[in-house]
Amino acid sequence: MMETIRRISGVNPRKCMKCGKCTASCPAYDEMEFHPHQFVDMVETGRIEELMQSKGIYTCLSCFACVERCPRSVEPAKLIEAVRLAVLRQQNENHLTANDIAEKLDPELPQQAITSAFRKYRK
Amino acid sequence: MQRIGVFVCWCGSNIAATVDVEKVSQVLAQEPGVVFSTNYQYMCSQAGQEMIQESIHKYQLTGVVICSCSPRMHEATFRKTCEKAGLNAHMVEIANIREQCSWIHKDMATGTEKAVILGRAAIAKVHLNAPLTAGQSPVKKRALVIGGGIAGIQTALDIADAGFDVDIVEKQPTIGGKMTQIDKTFPTLDCAACILTPKMVDAAQHEKIHIYSYAEVEKVKGFVGNFQVTIKKKARYVDETKCTGCGLCTEKCPQKKVPNAFNLGLDNRRAIYIPFAQAVPKIATIDADYCTMLKSGKCGVCSKVCTAGAIDYKQTDTYIEEEYGAIVVATGFNPIKLDKYDEFAYSQSPDVVTSLEFERLMNAAGPTGGTLLRPSDGAHPHTIVFVQCVGSRCDDEKGKPYCSKICCMYTAKHAMLCREKYPDTDVYVFYIDVRTPGKNFDEFYRRAVEEYGVHYIKGMVGKVVPQDGKLKVQASDLLGGSQLHIEADMVVLAAAIEPDETARPLATMLTASMDTNDFFTEAHPKLRPVESPTAGIFLSGACQGPKDIPETVAQASAAAAKVIGLLCKDSLTCNPCTAQPDELMCNGCSSCEKVCPYGAITYADKEFRGPNRTTLLRRVAQVNPAVCQGCGACTVACPSGAMDLKGFSNQQIMAEVDAICR
Amino acid sequence: MTYSYFPGCTLRTKGKELDQWGRAAAEVLGFALEEPENWQCCGAVYPMAKDEIATRLSSVRVLADAKAQGRELVTLCSACHHVIKRVNGDMQRDADICDKVNRYLKLDTPYAGETNVLHYLEVLRDRIGFDALKEKVVHPLTGVKIGAYYGCLLLRPGKEMGFDNPENPRILEDFIRAIGAEPVIYARRNECCGGYCTLENKSYATKQVDKIMDNAKAQGAQMLITACPLCMYNLKENATNGLDVKYFTELLAQALGVKEEAK
Repeated sequence: MMETIRRISGVNPRKCMKCGKCTASCPAYDEMEFHPHQFVDMVETGRIEELMQSKGIYTCLSCFACVERCPRSVEPAKLIEAVRLAVLRQQNENHLTANDIAEKLDPELPQQAITSAFRKYRK
Repeated sequence: MQRIGVFVCWCGSNIAATVDVEKVSQVLAQEPGVVFSTNYQYMCSQAGQEMIQESIHKYQLTGVVICSCSPRMHEATFRKTCEKAGLNAHMVEIANIREQCSWIHKDMATGTEKAVILGRAAIAKVHLNAPLTAGQSPVKKRALVIGGGIAGIQTALDIADAGFDVDIVEKQPTIGGKMTQIDKTFPTLDCAACILTPKMVDAAQHEKIHIYSYAEVEKVKGFVGNFQVTIKKKARYVDETKCTGCGLCTEKCPQKKVPNAFNLGLDNRRAIYIPFAQAVPKIATIDADYCTMLKSGKCGVCSKVCTAGAIDYKQTDTYIEEEYGAIVVATGFNPIKLDKYDEFAYSQSPDVVTSLEFERLMNAAGPTGGTLLRPSDGAHPHTIVFVQCVGSRCDDEKGKPYCSKICCMYTAKHAMLCREKYPDTDVYVFYIDVRTPGKNFDEFYRRAVEEYGVHYIKGMVGKVVPQDGKLKVQASDLLGGSQLHIEADMVVLAAAIEPDETARPLATMLTASMDTNDFFTEAHPKLRPVESPTAGIFLSGACQGPKDIPETVAQASAAAAKVIGLLCKDSLTCNPCTAQPDELMCNGCSSCEKVCPYGAITYADKEFRGPNRTTLLRRVAQVNPAVCQGCGACTVACPSGAMDLKGFSNQQIMAEVDAICR
Repeated sequence: MTYSYFPGCTLRTKGKELDQWGRAAAEVLGFALEEPENWQCCGAVYPMAKDEIATRLSSVRVLADAKAQGRELVTLCSACHHVIKRVNGDMQRDADICDKVNRYLKLDTPYAGETNVLHYLEVLRDRIGFDALKEKVVHPLTGVKIGAYYGCLLLRPGKEMGFDNPENPRILEDFIRAIGAEPVIYARRNECCGGYCTLENKSYATKQVDKIMDNAKAQGAQMLITACPLCMYNLKENATNGLDVKYFTELLAQALGVKEEAK
């Protein structure tokens, strides 16, 4: 599993020097139980199951602040996406379904919000 | 036919682990001309060297091949060994079977095969080697030190104390360098000015030292012992011989809005200025970018108030030619620019400062007279956040890959001084690692934490938001497991340091090598740390790598010792591997003359015998062997193949290639 | 000058103004925006995983179409720009992705990232020039203090987007100056507005937007401009006490006199 995450993300977690810049930059910190630097560490040490159980994989905003500011170009956001994909690609693990959408709509909501949610949260 | 001995070194397991040394020596023993072949654990040890010498006598060897490490490492060692046994040093060839073989191969069979091939090539070359004798060249007993910071000053003082003349070339109007801007020095907290300014005065008053301030090295020719250097003295529009440094002009100049570079732009100075009160030499300089007189021809106030008549608006750059036996590079460092790291809002708030700016804000001679005040509104800061490793320890795209080395200690110093002077301030230091390997350094850092109550937090600052007169700092606390939000009054950034921008062009002039970060490379990282690989060029201070003051001074004195060792000699043994033209083949095209970086090639008209008893006058190349450094540029430039390098002739190189391809 | 133009799904519907005023202004500024036939939605999210191929195809189709036309490709929506620019980068740099995409698409000539992707703002800066733009302004927005809201997608990752300094951008500020208004610099202009989570976690999006608005207000901004329909929605709908937000193209059209109504 660890290898799968590394392969599809293209991230080498060994590049991390554990400075905490990603976690310092993360705007979604309060919404996640594991924070970007922990993602990197847990992928390196093989704690993938815990990450897959974590709700934080759906709250990452994909804002790329961690990617931009990481001094070692580790790209934590790619790991988070890889873990999320590992979950979604299992059977019946879609985080969002078409049935959920109706109640979330409002008249001003741009199409982009729905498209992106489907792209991020289901397979 | 030569009588050749082959000596294969194991280098412990360095070579022997991936090269079957026994087999190599056996196979090479079959090569033509090889009369003796053996292997040994450490050929460079005394026992190994004695074995070589005994073999030379016993087998009457005329040539020696050593299969060992790189010639950069031990060629000189083995040449000396053989010389003592009566063999000419240039009858010795090294086959590099370590760096170019055992270290890069994993498989014993491949490594062994390649070692044999390299050995054969060396044997083939020795067959064509001829004894060479080195000439002598005189040493100019004067040294040039480029850069007048603490490194340059210390090197110059030590050389001068040994009785040799030294010139310091400093691009600023005063010597002293970065240390003049620093407030206190770790780990003893003695005042930088108190320990530096006496040294500046010593340098100025030393009869053997001459300071060229506001000057730059323009051109360098020659070689070790005989450098010819052109120094450009930039026009300062003040006659150095007349100015008394009274400073009246710097008070009366009407152009008051010039950013004061000495205080890093934190306050203003006049267009005519003396950087600071203890400047050496204490001579005014006109900043041509701001002087109204120089720009529009209207003003002349400084000239009117100067009782010494020292102002000279017509002054131009002047050039000085001088000869030196040795050159010391002491060009120092600068903090990096911070545009790439604006998540810290350095460009957005004056209260976000670099550590060097913070030094000025704490300095009694600084813009605030030593009282720590926020640049934005002059208020006392109550919460200060220090951020370490800004632009250091990054991968290549993000910043500098190295540790800047001095930041951990000066940040601990800043934090401690803040708490000492203003106990009501809250001080945070965000760090990745605290690196304090120096005498009394870790003790110092611990004192900042334990006695002074500085909050050290393992983590980084991710964003600084200037808003409502505060700096909202968002940071990680990795040990506490939280994201912190601190309302700070000031943020201090420990910016990475990099070599001065003049270092790269200077290295080109000196043909001295640099690493990818523009730090000068040393001749050997452990054993020759203050010499450049280019003979006669020495390294002092942070131009070679990040250093604190104690380390800089130690290296500066070490460089001085090396220079003194060189200048003590009356003459130097030249490199006998010089270029040699075949006059019969030379067509006088001047290609070699143009590419020679040392000016060693000239042309002469010579008489040659032509057909039918005629005499022809032809223009042919002549090499001055005292000047030629054997770089070989001419041999490849020569279109007719007339130029050869002694010891590396075309024939010898081709013999090596043939042996490899056999 | 004619550019291929990818409007994207939202600019046809909820983000009409962004598109409409962009086209109107282009006419005045003398460049044409031509939509390729049959373009498809870019997907709105850049697929970061290396083994996601299908989600890259629609971007490559429009890129290959622009290549066939011999034109540069212009985008206007931040998200579309982000996705198409980065997919184009994958086609240039990632041989594996490039190979797989080409096998899927079976194009007449294989595509390997040849098309240059420009954001509308880059056309203004690099092709028209802000000085030239300034000369064409007939109704300068004199005295209006405008905060540029960049968000994430235009700027990051800096080395792939190559748009501006990701930590201290100035392209929108220069644009604001060119239309005669006064830019207001505030640090949160490149912090995420939380748009992607507006569907699932509105209160969190509100928290993000409020911090941005507070910062912009404190620095003196009277209004914000953006290039992203999702940011627009989020800044407008989820703020508790927000500033007015406009698409930059609307102000551009206004300054150029093609949008006649007053501010």
